[in-house]
Amino acid sequence: MNLSMGVLPLSYFSQLPQKFYDAFIEKDRYLNITNGLGNTLLITFFAVIIGIILGTAIALVKVYHSNNKKKLKILNGICSVYLTVIRGTPVVVQLMIMWYIILQPTNLDRIVAAILAFGINSGAYVAEVIRSGIQSVDKGQIEAGRSLGLNQRDTMIKIVFPQALKNVLPAIGNEFIALLKETSVAGYIAIQDLTKGGDIIRSITYDPYTPLLIVALTYLLIVLGLTSLLNKFERRLSRSDYR
Amino acid sequence: MITVKNLHKTFNTINGEINVLKGIDQEIEKGEKVVIVGPSGSGKSTFLRCLNLLEQPTSGEVWFEGTQINVPDCDINKLRQKMGMVFQHFNLFPHLTVLQNITLAPVMLKLKTQKEAEEQAVHLLERVGLADKASAYPVQLSGGQKQRIAIVRALAMNPDVMLFDEPTSALDPEMVDEVLQVMKELANEGMTMVVVTHEMGFAREVANRVLFMDDGRVLEEAAPDDFFNNPQNPRLQDFLSKVL
Repeated sequence: MNLSMGVLPLSYFSQLPQKFYDAFIEKDRYLNITNGLGNTLLITFFAVIIGIILGTAIALVKVYHSNNKKKLKILNGICSVYLTVIRGTPVVVQLMIMWYIILQPTNLDRIVAAILAFGINSGAYVAEVIRSGIQSVDKGQIEAGRSLGLNQRDTMIKIVFPQALKNVLPAIGNEFIALLKETSVAGYIAIQDLTKGGDIIRSITYDPYTPLLIVALTYLLIVLGLTSLLNKFERRLSRSDYR
Repeated sequence: MITVKNLHKTFNTINGEINVLKGIDQEIEKGEKVVIVGPSGSGKSTFLRCLNLLEQPTSGEVWFEGTQINVPDCDINKLRQKMGMVFQHFNLFPHLTVLQNITLAPVMLKLKTQKEAEEQAVHLLERVGLADKASAYPVQLSGGQKQRIAIVRALAMNPDVMLFDEPTSALDPEMVDEVLQVMKELANEGMTMVVVTHEMGFAREVANRVLFMDDGRVLEEAAPDDFFNNPQNPRLQDFLSKVL
Protein backbone atom coordinates (compact mmCIF):
# COMPACT_ATOMS: atom_id res chain seq x y z
CA MET A 1 0.00 0.00 0.00
CA ASN A 2 1.56 3.24 -1.10
CA LEU A 3 0.06 5.95 1.11
CA SER A 4 2.02 8.82 -0.35
CA MET A 5 0.75 8.34 -3.87
CA GLY A 6 -1.44 11.26 -4.93
CA VAL A 7 -2.75 10.08 -8.26
CA LEU A 8 -4.91 7.08 -8.98
CA PRO A 9 -2.59 4.09 -9.60
CA LEU A 10 -3.52 1.95 -12.57
CA SER A 11 -3.43 -1.14 -10.41
CA TYR A 12 -6.44 0.32 -8.59
CA PHE A 13 -8.77 -0.80 -11.35
CA SER A 14 -7.61 -4.39 -11.36
CA GLN A 15 -8.13 -4.47 -7.60
CA LEU A 16 -11.48 -2.71 -7.74
CA PRO A 17 -13.66 -5.63 -6.73
CA GLN A 18 -11.46 -6.31 -3.72
CA LYS A 19 -11.27 -2.62 -2.81
CA PHE A 20 -15.02 -2.35 -3.09
CA TYR A 21 -15.46 -5.39 -0.91
CA ASP A 22 -13.07 -4.00 1.71
CA ALA A 23 -14.65 -0.58 1.70
CA PHE A 24 -18.32 -1.52 1.86
CA ILE A 25 -19.05 -5.21 2.34
CA GLU A 26 -16.45 -6.30 4.86
CA LYS A 27 -17.89 -5.98 8.38
CA ASP A 28 -20.96 -4.20 6.98
CA ARG A 29 -18.93 -1.02 6.44
CA TYR A 30 -21.58 0.25 4.00
CA LEU A 31 -23.57 1.12 7.11
CA ASN A 32 -21.21 4.07 7.59
CA ILE A 33 -22.39 5.41 4.25
CA THR A 34 -26.10 4.64 4.59
CA ASN A 35 -26.39 5.86 8.18
CA GLY A 36 -24.37 8.90 7.21
CA LEU A 37 -26.66 9.58 4.27
CA GLY A 38 -29.63 9.28 6.63
CA ASN A 39 -28.15 11.88 8.95
CA THR A 40 -27.25 14.19 6.08
CA LEU A 41 -30.78 14.05 4.68
CA LEU A 42 -32.31 14.45 8.15
CA ILE A 43 -30.22 17.54 8.92
CA THR A 44 -30.84 19.05 5.48
CA PHE A 45 -34.57 18.42 5.54
CA PHE A 46 -35.24 20.04 8.90
CA ALA A 47 -32.70 22.82 8.29
CA VAL A 48 -34.53 23.68 5.06
CA ILE A 49 -37.81 23.92 6.96
CA ILE A 50 -36.28 26.15 9.63
CA GLY A 51 -34.61 28.18 6.88
CA ILE A 52 -37.88 28.76 5.03
CA ILE A 53 -39.82 29.75 8.14
CA LEU A 54 -37.09 31.97 9.53
CA GLY A 55 -36.23 33.45 6.15
CA THR A 56 -39.84 34.28 5.31
CA ALA A 57 -40.44 35.86 8.70
CA ILE A 58 -37.33 38.03 8.42
CA ALA A 59 -38.12 38.99 4.82
CA LEU A 60 -41.61 40.09 5.92
CA VAL A 61 -40.24 42.19 8.75
CA LYS A 62 -37.76 43.86 6.40
CA VAL A 63 -40.30 44.51 3.65
CA TYR A 64 -42.91 45.78 6.10
CA HIS A 65 -40.35 48.06 7.70
CA SER A 66 -39.06 49.42 4.40
CA ASN A 67 -42.65 50.25 3.38
CA ASN A 68 -43.23 52.13 6.61
CA LYS A 69 -40.07 53.20 8.41
CA LYS A 70 -41.92 53.94 11.64
CA LYS A 71 -43.07 50.37 12.15
CA LEU A 72 -41.22 47.30 13.50
CA LYS A 73 -38.09 49.37 14.20
CA ILE A 74 -36.75 47.11 16.97
CA LEU A 75 -37.59 43.87 15.19
CA ASN A 76 -35.98 45.18 12.02
CA GLY A 77 -32.86 46.05 14.01
CA ILE A 78 -32.68 42.53 15.43
CA CYS A 79 -33.06 41.07 11.94
CA SER A 80 -30.29 43.25 10.58
CA VAL A 81 -27.90 42.15 13.33
CA TYR A 82 -28.83 38.52 12.68
CA LEU A 83 -28.19 38.83 8.95
CA THR A 84 -24.86 40.57 9.52
CA VAL A 85 -23.59 38.05 12.04
CA ILE A 86 -24.73 34.93 10.18
CA ARG A 87 -23.51 36.08 6.80
CA GLY A 88 -20.29 37.41 8.29
CA THR A 89 -19.09 34.22 9.99
CA PRO A 90 -18.30 30.73 8.66
CA VAL A 91 -20.96 28.09 9.05
CA VAL A 92 -18.48 25.68 10.68
CA VAL A 93 -17.82 28.21 13.42
CA GLN A 94 -21.55 28.73 13.90
CA LEU A 95 -22.01 24.98 14.11
CA MET A 96 -19.34 24.58 16.77
CA ILE A 97 -20.64 27.55 18.75
CA MET A 98 -24.11 26.00 18.65
CA TRP A 99 -22.88 22.64 19.97
CA TYR A 100 -19.97 23.47 22.26
CA ILE A 101 -21.33 26.73 23.71
CA ILE A 102 -25.04 27.27 23.27
CA LEU A 103 -26.31 23.68 23.65
CA GLN A 104 -23.54 22.65 26.06
CA PRO A 105 -25.75 22.83 29.17
CA THR A 106 -28.57 20.88 27.51
CA ASN A 107 -29.04 17.19 26.88
CA LEU A 108 -29.96 17.60 23.25
CA ASP A 109 -28.65 15.41 20.47
CA ARG A 110 -25.79 16.57 18.23
CA ILE A 111 -28.13 16.25 15.27
CA VAL A 112 -30.41 18.85 16.84
CA ALA A 113 -27.47 21.21 17.15
CA ALA A 114 -26.65 20.69 13.48
CA ILE A 115 -30.28 21.19 12.40
CA LEU A 116 -30.47 24.42 14.39
CA ALA A 117 -27.12 25.73 13.20
CA PHE A 118 -27.71 24.98 9.52
CA GLY A 119 -31.34 26.13 9.69
CA ILE A 120 -30.43 29.43 11.30
CA ASN A 121 -27.61 29.87 8.80
CA SER A 122 -29.83 29.10 5.83
CA GLY A 123 -32.55 31.46 7.11
CA ALA A 124 -30.27 34.44 6.60
CA TYR A 125 -29.68 33.67 2.95
CA VAL A 126 -33.28 32.65 2.29
CA ALA A 127 -34.44 35.91 3.87
CA GLU A 128 -32.53 38.00 1.37
CA VAL A 129 -33.74 35.90 -1.54
CA ILE A 130 -37.38 36.14 -0.47
CA ARG A 131 -37.12 39.86 0.25
CA SER A 132 -35.80 40.52 -3.25
CA GLY A 133 -38.58 38.30 -4.63
CA ILE A 134 -41.30 40.23 -2.84
CA GLN A 135 -39.82 43.54 -3.92
CA SER A 136 -39.58 42.36 -7.52
CA VAL A 137 -43.37 42.23 -7.79
CA ASP A 138 -44.75 45.35 -9.49
CA LYS A 139 -46.20 47.91 -7.10
CA GLY A 140 -49.26 48.13 -9.33
CA GLN A 141 -50.15 44.57 -8.29
CA ILE A 142 -50.46 45.66 -4.65
CA GLU A 143 -52.41 48.76 -5.66
CA ALA A 144 -54.80 46.67 -7.73
CA GLY A 145 -55.37 44.30 -4.81
CA ARG A 146 -55.88 47.09 -2.31
CA SER A 147 -58.17 49.03 -4.67
CA LEU A 148 -60.48 46.00 -4.70
CA GLY A 149 -60.78 46.27 -0.92
CA LEU A 150 -58.39 43.45 0.02
CA ASN A 151 -56.37 44.19 3.13
CA GLN A 152 -52.59 44.21 3.24
CA ARG A 153 -52.38 40.61 4.42
CA ASP A 154 -54.71 39.08 1.81
CA THR A 155 -53.02 41.12 -0.92
CA MET A 156 -49.65 39.71 0.10
CA ILE A 157 -50.86 36.11 0.38
CA LYS A 158 -53.02 35.95 -2.73
CA ILE A 159 -51.28 38.33 -5.10
CA VAL A 160 -47.69 39.11 -4.13
CA PHE A 161 -46.40 35.81 -2.72
CA PRO A 162 -47.37 33.56 -5.63
CA GLN A 163 -45.61 35.90 -8.06
CA ALA A 164 -42.62 36.34 -5.76
CA LEU A 165 -42.30 32.58 -5.32
CA LYS A 166 -42.09 32.11 -9.06
CA ASN A 167 -39.37 34.75 -9.28
CA VAL A 168 -37.23 33.34 -6.47
CA LEU A 169 -37.63 29.63 -7.03
CA PRO A 170 -34.32 29.15 -8.91
CA ALA A 171 -32.41 31.10 -6.25
CA ILE A 172 -34.13 29.25 -3.40
CA GLY A 173 -33.36 25.93 -5.08
CA ASN A 174 -29.70 26.88 -5.30
CA GLU A 175 -29.72 27.82 -1.66
CA PHE A 176 -31.04 24.42 -0.61
CA ILE A 177 -28.62 22.56 -2.82
CA ALA A 178 -25.81 24.57 -1.26
CA LEU A 179 -27.20 23.76 2.18
CA LEU A 180 -27.18 20.03 1.46
CA LYS A 181 -23.51 20.22 0.59
CA GLU A 182 -22.67 22.52 3.52
CA THR A 183 -23.90 19.89 5.96
CA SER A 184 -20.75 17.93 5.05
CA VAL A 185 -18.96 19.86 7.80
CA ALA A 186 -21.21 18.29 10.44
CA GLY A 187 -18.28 16.00 11.25
CA TYR A 188 -16.72 18.93 13.12
CA ILE A 189 -19.06 18.21 16.01
CA ALA A 190 -18.64 14.44 15.58
CA ILE A 191 -21.82 13.78 13.69
CA GLN A 192 -21.53 10.80 11.35
CA ASP A 193 -22.97 12.28 8.21
CA LEU A 194 -22.36 11.07 4.68
CA THR A 195 -18.93 12.71 4.41
CA LYS A 196 -17.82 11.53 7.82
CA GLY A 197 -19.08 8.03 6.98
CA GLY A 198 -16.83 7.88 3.94
CA ASP A 199 -13.95 9.28 5.92
CA ILE A 200 -14.34 6.61 8.59
CA ILE A 201 -14.09 3.88 5.96
CA ARG A 202 -11.01 5.59 4.53
CA SER A 203 -9.31 5.59 7.92
CA ILE A 204 -10.04 1.87 8.37
CA THR A 205 -9.03 0.59 4.93
CA TYR A 206 -6.37 3.19 4.10
CA ASP A 207 -7.98 3.37 0.65
CA PRO A 208 -9.23 6.92 0.07
CA TYR A 209 -10.49 6.43 -3.48
CA THR A 210 -13.41 4.06 -3.15
CA PRO A 211 -15.27 5.58 -0.18
CA LEU A 212 -14.66 9.23 -1.07
CA LEU A 213 -15.62 8.83 -4.72
CA ILE A 214 -18.78 7.00 -3.66
CA VAL A 215 -19.54 9.83 -1.23
CA ALA A 216 -19.04 12.40 -3.98
CA LEU A 217 -21.23 10.41 -6.34
CA THR A 218 -23.97 10.16 -3.71
CA TYR A 219 -24.03 13.96 -3.22
CA LEU A 220 -24.08 14.43 -6.98
CA LEU A 221 -27.04 12.09 -7.44
CA ILE A 222 -29.04 13.80 -4.70
CA VAL A 223 -28.32 17.22 -6.19
CA LEU A 224 -29.32 16.00 -9.65
CA GLY A 225 -32.55 14.65 -8.21
CA LEU A 226 -33.30 17.91 -6.41
CA THR A 227 -32.52 19.91 -9.53
CA SER A 228 -34.94 17.98 -11.69
CA LEU A 229 -37.59 18.24 -8.97
CA LEU A 230 -37.13 22.01 -8.86
CA ASN A 231 -37.29 22.26 -12.64
CA LYS A 232 -40.56 20.40 -12.63
CA PHE A 233 -41.97 22.72 -9.97
CA GLU A 234 -40.72 25.77 -11.86
CA ARG A 235 -42.44 24.62 -15.03
CA ARG A 236 -45.69 24.20 -13.17
CA LEU A 237 -45.48 27.71 -11.75
CA SER A 238 -44.77 29.24 -15.15
CA ARG A 239 -47.99 27.93 -16.68
CA SER A 240 -49.28 31.51 -16.83
CA ASP A 241 -46.31 32.57 -19.01
CA TYR A 242 -47.38 30.66 -22.07
CA ARG A 243 -49.00 32.62 -24.81
CA MET B 1 -71.19 61.09 -3.05
CA ILE B 2 -67.55 62.19 -2.97
CA THR B 3 -66.59 65.44 -1.34
CA VAL B 4 -63.09 66.82 -1.39
CA LYS B 5 -62.17 69.81 0.78
CA ASN B 6 -58.96 71.80 0.42
CA LEU B 7 -56.95 68.75 -0.62
CA HIS B 8 -53.17 69.10 -0.53
CA LYS B 9 -50.60 66.48 -1.42
CA THR B 10 -46.87 66.87 -1.01
CA PHE B 11 -44.34 64.26 -2.05
CA ASN B 12 -41.03 64.13 -0.21
CA THR B 13 -38.33 63.20 -2.70
CA ILE B 14 -34.56 63.29 -2.50
CA ASN B 15 -34.73 66.58 -4.40
CA GLY B 16 -36.94 68.11 -1.73
CA GLU B 17 -40.67 68.57 -1.42
CA ILE B 18 -42.94 68.62 -4.44
CA ASN B 19 -46.40 70.12 -4.04
CA VAL B 20 -48.53 68.08 -6.40
CA LEU B 21 -51.96 69.17 -5.19
CA LYS B 22 -52.40 72.72 -3.96
CA GLY B 23 -55.89 72.90 -2.54
CA ILE B 24 -58.68 71.15 -4.40
CA ASP B 25 -62.38 71.42 -3.55
CA GLN B 26 -64.75 69.15 -5.40
CA GLU B 27 -68.20 67.70 -5.00
CA ILE B 28 -69.05 64.67 -7.12
CA GLU B 29 -72.72 63.70 -7.16
CA LYS B 30 -74.20 60.26 -7.54
CA GLY B 31 -74.54 59.34 -11.20
CA GLU B 32 -72.26 62.12 -12.32
CA LYS B 33 -69.54 61.53 -14.90
CA VAL B 34 -66.58 63.78 -14.19
CA VAL B 35 -63.70 63.84 -16.65
CA ILE B 36 -60.39 65.36 -15.61
CA VAL B 37 -58.00 66.58 -18.27
CA GLY B 38 -54.75 68.46 -18.10
CA PRO B 39 -51.08 68.28 -19.01
CA SER B 40 -48.74 65.65 -17.62
CA GLY B 41 -47.63 66.35 -14.08
CA SER B 42 -50.64 68.52 -13.34
CA GLY B 43 -51.70 66.27 -10.45
CA LYS B 44 -54.79 64.70 -12.01
CA SER B 45 -53.72 61.10 -11.34
CA THR B 46 -52.64 61.97 -7.81
CA PHE B 47 -56.02 63.61 -7.22
CA LEU B 48 -57.80 60.47 -8.42
CA ARG B 49 -55.59 58.23 -6.26
CA CYS B 50 -56.36 60.38 -3.22
CA LEU B 51 -60.05 59.57 -3.65
CA ASN B 52 -59.51 55.92 -2.65
CA LEU B 53 -56.46 56.66 -0.53
CA LEU B 54 -53.91 54.92 -2.73
CA GLU B 55 -52.19 58.21 -1.95
CA GLN B 56 -52.57 59.57 1.56
CA PRO B 57 -53.48 63.27 1.36
CA THR B 58 -51.07 65.59 3.16
CA SER B 59 -53.94 67.78 4.35
CA GLY B 60 -57.59 68.39 3.58
CA GLU B 61 -60.59 66.10 3.73
CA VAL B 62 -61.94 63.35 1.49
CA TRP B 63 -65.50 62.20 2.17
CA PHE B 64 -67.19 59.21 0.57
CA GLU B 65 -70.86 58.45 1.12
CA GLY B 66 -70.97 60.51 4.29
CA THR B 67 -67.78 59.18 5.86
CA GLN B 68 -64.47 60.97 6.04
CA ILE B 69 -61.99 58.44 4.69
CA ASN B 70 -58.64 60.08 5.36
CA VAL B 71 -58.79 59.64 9.12
CA PRO B 72 -56.99 56.81 10.96
CA ASP B 73 -60.09 55.08 12.35
CA CYS B 74 -61.79 54.77 8.96
CA ASP B 75 -61.96 51.23 7.57
CA ILE B 76 -60.62 52.08 4.13
CA ASN B 77 -60.73 48.46 2.95
CA LYS B 78 -64.49 48.45 3.44
CA LEU B 79 -64.95 51.68 1.51
CA ARG B 80 -62.63 50.66 -1.33
CA GLN B 81 -64.99 47.78 -2.03
CA LYS B 82 -67.43 50.41 -3.19
CA MET B 83 -64.87 52.34 -5.27
CA GLY B 84 -63.71 50.46 -8.33
CA MET B 85 -60.44 51.53 -9.89
CA VAL B 86 -59.03 50.97 -13.36
CA PHE B 87 -55.33 51.61 -13.93
CA GLN B 88 -53.33 52.81 -16.90
CA HIS B 89 -51.29 49.60 -16.94
CA PHE B 90 -54.26 47.30 -16.24
CA ASN B 91 -52.53 45.60 -13.30
CA LEU B 92 -54.23 42.29 -13.91
CA PHE B 93 -52.84 39.49 -11.75
CA PRO B 94 -50.58 37.59 -14.18
CA HIS B 95 -50.55 34.35 -12.17
CA LEU B 96 -54.35 33.99 -12.25
CA THR B 97 -56.73 33.25 -15.09
CA VAL B 98 -59.18 35.88 -16.22
CA LEU B 99 -61.96 34.23 -14.24
CA GLN B 100 -59.79 34.01 -11.11
CA ASN B 101 -58.80 37.66 -11.55
CA ILE B 102 -62.45 38.64 -11.44
CA THR B 103 -63.64 36.33 -8.66
CA LEU B 104 -60.65 36.71 -6.30
CA ALA B 105 -61.80 39.77 -4.38
CA PRO B 106 -65.55 39.02 -4.08
CA VAL B 107 -64.78 35.51 -2.79
CA MET B 108 -61.91 36.54 -0.49
CA LEU B 109 -64.08 39.24 1.04
CA LYS B 110 -66.92 36.74 1.45
CA LEU B 111 -69.34 38.88 -0.54
CA LYS B 112 -70.14 35.91 -2.76
CA THR B 113 -69.57 32.20 -2.90
CA GLN B 114 -67.16 30.93 -5.56
CA LYS B 115 -70.13 29.76 -7.60
CA GLU B 116 -72.03 33.05 -7.41
CA ALA B 117 -68.86 34.98 -8.21
CA GLU B 118 -68.16 32.84 -11.25
CA GLU B 119 -71.69 33.19 -12.55
CA GLN B 120 -71.47 36.94 -12.20
CA ALA B 121 -68.02 36.97 -13.81
CA VAL B 122 -69.23 35.02 -16.83
CA HIS B 123 -72.20 37.35 -17.13
CA LEU B 124 -69.94 40.43 -17.01
CA LEU B 125 -67.49 38.87 -19.47
CA GLU B 126 -70.34 38.30 -21.90
CA ARG B 127 -71.25 41.95 -21.64
CA VAL B 128 -67.76 43.03 -22.71
CA GLY B 129 -67.55 40.30 -25.33
CA LEU B 130 -64.80 38.27 -23.69
CA ALA B 131 -66.68 35.24 -22.39
CA ASP B 132 -64.36 32.95 -24.38
CA LYS B 133 -61.34 34.28 -22.48
CA ALA B 134 -62.46 33.15 -19.03
CA SER B 135 -59.76 30.52 -18.66
CA ALA B 136 -57.00 32.49 -20.44
CA TYR B 137 -54.08 34.06 -18.60
CA PRO B 138 -53.52 37.84 -18.91
CA VAL B 139 -50.35 37.34 -20.98
CA GLN B 140 -52.50 35.80 -23.69
CA LEU B 141 -54.64 38.93 -24.07
CA SER B 142 -54.23 42.14 -26.06
CA GLY B 143 -54.03 45.46 -24.23
CA GLY B 144 -57.61 46.32 -25.01
CA GLN B 145 -58.81 42.94 -23.77
CA LYS B 146 -56.76 43.33 -20.59
CA GLN B 147 -58.28 46.69 -19.86
CA ARG B 148 -61.81 45.40 -20.44
CA ILE B 149 -61.06 42.55 -18.03
CA ALA B 150 -59.72 45.08 -15.54
CA ILE B 151 -62.98 47.01 -15.78
CA VAL B 152 -64.96 43.80 -15.27
CA ARG B 153 -62.78 42.94 -12.27
CA ALA B 154 -63.65 46.27 -10.68
CA LEU B 155 -67.34 45.90 -11.58
CA ALA B 156 -67.49 42.47 -9.94
CA MET B 157 -67.38 44.26 -6.58
CA ASN B 158 -70.61 46.11 -7.51
CA PRO B 159 -69.00 49.49 -6.81
CA ASP B 160 -70.91 52.74 -6.35
CA VAL B 161 -68.26 54.73 -8.19
CA MET B 162 -65.62 53.87 -10.75
CA LEU B 163 -62.29 55.67 -10.91
CA PHE B 164 -60.40 55.50 -14.20
CA ASP B 165 -56.73 56.49 -14.26
CA GLU B 166 -55.83 57.09 -17.92
CA PRO B 167 -57.42 53.79 -18.95
CA THR B 168 -56.52 54.10 -22.64
CA SER B 169 -53.09 55.75 -22.43
CA ALA B 170 -51.13 52.50 -22.61
CA LEU B 171 -53.15 51.04 -25.48
CA ASP B 172 -52.44 50.75 -29.17
CA PRO B 173 -54.61 53.32 -30.98
CA GLU B 174 -56.81 50.66 -32.58
CA MET B 175 -57.69 49.24 -29.17
CA VAL B 176 -58.76 52.49 -27.57
CA ASP B 177 -62.29 52.37 -28.92
CA GLU B 178 -63.19 48.95 -27.54
CA VAL B 179 -62.33 50.18 -24.05
CA LEU B 180 -64.09 53.52 -24.45
CA GLN B 181 -67.14 51.66 -25.71
CA VAL B 182 -67.34 49.65 -22.48
CA MET B 183 -66.93 52.85 -20.48
CA LYS B 184 -69.69 54.55 -22.42
CA GLU B 185 -72.07 51.67 -21.78
CA LEU B 186 -71.21 51.89 -18.12
CA ALA B 187 -71.92 55.61 -18.15
CA ASN B 188 -75.28 55.04 -19.84
CA GLU B 189 -76.26 52.64 -17.08
CA GLY B 190 -75.88 55.47 -14.59
CA MET B 191 -72.57 54.56 -12.97
CA THR B 192 -70.85 57.38 -11.15
CA MET B 193 -67.50 57.84 -12.89
CA VAL B 194 -64.38 59.90 -12.38
CA VAL B 195 -62.13 59.61 -15.39
CA VAL B 196 -58.63 60.96 -15.91
CA THR B 197 -58.00 60.81 -19.64
CA HIS B 198 -56.53 62.43 -22.71
CA GLU B 199 -59.50 61.31 -24.84
CA MET B 200 -61.23 64.62 -25.54
CA GLY B 201 -63.89 62.90 -27.65
CA PHE B 202 -64.89 60.77 -24.68
CA ALA B 203 -64.99 63.83 -22.43
CA ARG B 204 -67.20 65.69 -24.87
CA GLU B 205 -69.57 62.78 -25.35
CA VAL B 206 -69.89 61.27 -21.89
CA ALA B 207 -68.97 63.84 -19.26
CA ASN B 208 -71.46 65.88 -17.26
CA ARG B 209 -68.59 68.04 -16.14
CA VAL B 210 -65.02 68.44 -17.31
CA LEU B 211 -62.24 69.64 -15.01
CA PHE B 212 -59.04 71.18 -16.26
CA MET B 213 -56.14 70.72 -13.90
CA ASP B 214 -52.75 72.33 -14.08
CA ASP B 215 -50.02 72.75 -11.48
CA GLY B 216 -52.01 71.10 -8.70
CA ARG B 217 -55.14 73.20 -9.08
CA VAL B 218 -58.46 72.93 -10.89
CA LEU B 219 -58.28 75.94 -13.18
CA GLU B 220 -61.60 75.48 -14.92
CA GLU B 221 -64.65 73.28 -14.67
CA ALA B 222 -67.64 73.32 -16.93
CA ALA B 223 -70.12 71.21 -18.87
CA PRO B 224 -68.38 69.78 -21.95
CA ASP B 225 -70.05 72.17 -24.39
CA ASP B 226 -68.81 75.27 -22.57
CA PHE B 227 -65.53 73.62 -21.72
CA PHE B 228 -64.53 72.88 -25.26
CA ASN B 229 -66.31 75.67 -27.17
CA ASN B 230 -65.93 78.53 -24.76
CA PRO B 231 -62.88 78.03 -22.54
CA GLN B 232 -62.19 80.97 -20.20
CA ASN B 233 -58.80 80.25 -18.69
CA PRO B 234 -55.91 81.17 -21.01
CA ARG B 235 -53.97 78.06 -19.90
CA LEU B 236 -56.94 75.89 -20.94
CA GLN B 237 -57.29 77.74 -24.25
CA ASP B 238 -53.64 77.02 -24.92
CA PHE B 239 -54.03 73.36 -23.87
CA LEU B 240 -57.09 72.81 -26.07
CA SER B 241 -55.46 74.46 -29.05
CA LYS B 242 -52.75 71.82 -28.81
CA VAL B 243 -54.82 68.71 -28.20
CA LEU B 244 -57.92 69.26 -30.30
